[in-house]
Amino acid sequence: MADRDEKELSGAANMNRRGLLKCMTWAGTGVVWTLSGGVPRTLGLIGGAAAAEAPQGELTFVQISDSHIGFHLPPNPDPGATLTEAIEKIKAMPTQPAFLIHTGDISHLSKEEQWDEADQIIKSANKQVFYIPGEHDVADADNGKAYLARYGKSTKGKGWYSFDMAGVHFIGLINVFEFQPGFKSAGLAKIGDEQLEWLEKDVAGRSASTPIVLMAHLPLWTIYEQWGWGTADAGRALGYLKRFGSVTVLNGHIHQIIQKVEGNVTFHTAASTAFPQPAPGAAPAPGPMREVPAAELHKYLGIRTVNYVRGKGAPALIDSTLVA
Amino acid sequence: MLMTRNPAPRRRRTSLVFGAVGVTALLAAALPELTTAGEAVVAAAASPTTVTIDNFAFAPATLTVTAGTTVTWKNEDDSPHRIGDKNGTFKSAALDTDDTFSHTFAAPGEYPYICTIHPYMVGKIIVKPTGKMSSN
Repeated sequence: MADRDEKELSGAANMNRRGLLKCMTWAGTGVVWTLSGGVPRTLGLIGGAAAAEAPQGELTFVQISDSHIGFHLPPNPDPGATLTEAIEKIKAMPTQPAFLIHTGDISHLSKEEQWDEADQIIKSANKQVFYIPGEHDVADADNGKAYLARYGKSTKGKGWYSFDMAGVHFIGLINVFEFQPGFKSAGLAKIGDEQLEWLEKDVAGRSASTPIVLMAHLPLWTIYEQWGWGTADAGRALGYLKRFGSVTVLNGHIHQIIQKVEGNVTFHTAASTAFPQPAPGAAPAPGPMREVPAAELHKYLGIRTVNYVRGKGAPALIDSTLVA
Repeated sequence: MLMTRNPAPRRRRTSLVFGAVGVTALLAAALPELTTAGEAVVAAAASPTTVTIDNFAFAPATLTVTAGTTVTWKNEDDSPHRIGDKNGTFKSAALDTDDTFSHTFAAPGEYPYICTIHPYMVGKIIVKPTGKMSSN
C-alpha cells in the first residue's frame, strides 16, 4: 500500500515543506486543523475555547486513546488523573460530542481493576463509548478473554464491529490478536483473514459516497517497522475501501500524532492520555519517555475532536493537548 | 508456571545496560568450547538461566541450557512484556516492571519465543539433552 512518493505528515516542519497545509505548530497549547477533501488546513490555535472555532457539524465525536490505567512510572505515575483531565476537557466542550471512541490500551495490564478505574472516569462524560482493544488490553493469560467478556459483548469474531451514525459508517477493526506468522518478520500487527472477509462484506453494499471511519489500535500504515508500528495486511483492508470518497483512519498505539494522506484516505494516530513515546527511531526503543518533566507532560497528552458536516466529505479533525 | 513479584527497588537504566553486558560476558566466560557437532553444553548449575528484559530486548537473545533447566525471565523495562513461544509450550501473563516468569524446559529442542505484546522482540532458548554433556 505504501508508495515511495507518499509523505508522512509528522510535525510542523514536514507539513510546511509539503505545502499542503499551514500549521500553527506546537505552541504549548495545541493545534487546530481541518481536513477538507483530504487536504488539511489550519483553523487556529487551541486555547480553552478551541472547539468553539470548529464549524458546527452534524456529527461530532471525540477520540481518546492509550489511557494505560495501571501504569505507575515516570513520566506519569497517575494516568487516572490525566484521563480525568481529558474527560473534564470533553465535558467542557461547547459543542458536546455525540459519543466517544477509545482506540485501545484502556488498561496497562488487562486487569479488571484497571478497566474499573478507566470506566469510572470515562463514565462521568455521560456518553456512549465505542472501544477497541490495544495489545495491553489482551495481555491476560487467556489471550483477550477478559477484554472480550467485558467490552466485546455485541461484537463479532474477536471484538470487531461496525455501526452507522448520522450517515457515517464506523468500523472497529481489531489488530492486536494476530501478528505476522513466524519469527522472521519485524512483528507487524495483522487484521487476519476472518476479519478481512467480514470487512469486505460489511462495506460491499454501501454507497461510495458514505463517509467511512476506520478505527484500529495499531497504525494501518507502516510508520516504523523496527518497532512493529504497522499492520502487515492493512493494504487488503484499504483495498476494500478504495472506492469510497472519504475514509478516515483513526489509530492509537504510538502515543503521538502522525498523519498521512493517501488519495481519499487520511490516516491519523492519536496522542495518549497517559504518556508520550519517542518519535520513530528517536530512541533505542519505544516505551514511555520517562525524561519528560512533570511540568511538560500535558503538552504531550491530548484528545481529538472529529466533526462531520454533511456534504463536506472528509471530517474536520481537531487535536488538542491537555494543557489547561 | 511460576510468577513472582520482586519487591527490590528498580535500578537505573545505566546500570541495567552494564548489567546486561555483564550477563553476556558471564555467559561467554561460562560456556565451554563447543565440539564440532556443537553438542557440548555446560553443566546446568554453572550456566546462567536468567533472561533479562530491558529496552524492548531479551538479553541474552539466545540462551542455551540443558534439559531440566528452569529459565527465569525478569522484566527490568518500564513497559510490560509477555513471553510466548511459537508452539504454545510456554506463556507468561503480562510481566510488569520487576515481575519474573519461570519455565522448566524438560524436552531438548529449540524454543523461539517473542514478547506477545511487542512481537518484534524475539528470543530463543536452546535446550540440549543432558546425556550429551560429556559425550566426548
